[in-house]
Amino acid sequence: MKENISIVLTSEKLNLTTCNDFVQDHASGGIALFVGTVRNHTNGKEVKRLDFSTYEPMAIKEMYKIAEQAIEKFDISKIAIHHAVGDLEIGEVPVIISVSSAHRRAAFKACQFAIDTLKETVPIWKKEHFEDGEVWVNSHP
Amino acid sequence: MHIKTLFFGILKDITNSNSLELEIDKDINIEQFVIVLQEKFKNFPNIDAFTVAVNEKYVEKDFVIKANDIVAIIPPVSGG
Repeated sequence: MKENISIVLTSEKLNLTTCNDFVQDHASGGIALFVGTVRNHTNGKEVKRLDFSTYEPMAIKEMYKIAEQAIEKFDISKIAIHHAVGDLEIGEVPVIISVSSAHRRAAFKACQFAIDTLKETVPIWKKEHFEDGEVWVNSHP
Repeated sequence: MHIKTLFFGILKDITNSNSLELEIDKDINIEQFVIVLQEKFKNFPNIDAFTVAVNEKYVEKDFVIKANDIVAIIPPVSGG
């Protein structure tokens, strides 16, 4: 793995400080952070918890690919993409993306690119659990 | 030839399994392989409802599967 990329897929709790510290860089003027959190409702229905599953080896490859593309497309220094799997409760954090760059605009853009692309290409699936049942999110395109 | 198929997300529920081992006696592309799966599993979705990865890389419908390839049926992802 390149020294300016950190990819983690874990059943442990994600750590914001770890993501922030990884991209710390004296040549950078700023860090952009995206923190995804589990929301308590979908289409007006109360969500109890989420369950994330993955095709792990491919998900790691796709996450790495996104990080490489972000570095190639935008003028950034470092990037971390961390994603959690397993059961997550309301308010818990399934994803953190941190990006550092010399100038803020590139960091914001790269961060948005990374989360948008992750949601399209990385083989991770979430199941929403309600009071009265469960549903695979997005399962009908 | 031997082909292993992996199911994820809603496909796990539809097939009621995580994976399937199959012996296929001729060259076969993704589109033809999906027909085999549709014959095997009731309610297996149309090919437009998912994407397919072979050996952990996304492939197109005309990709030809080789012996010992690992085919993954990838329903719409929802990470993040």
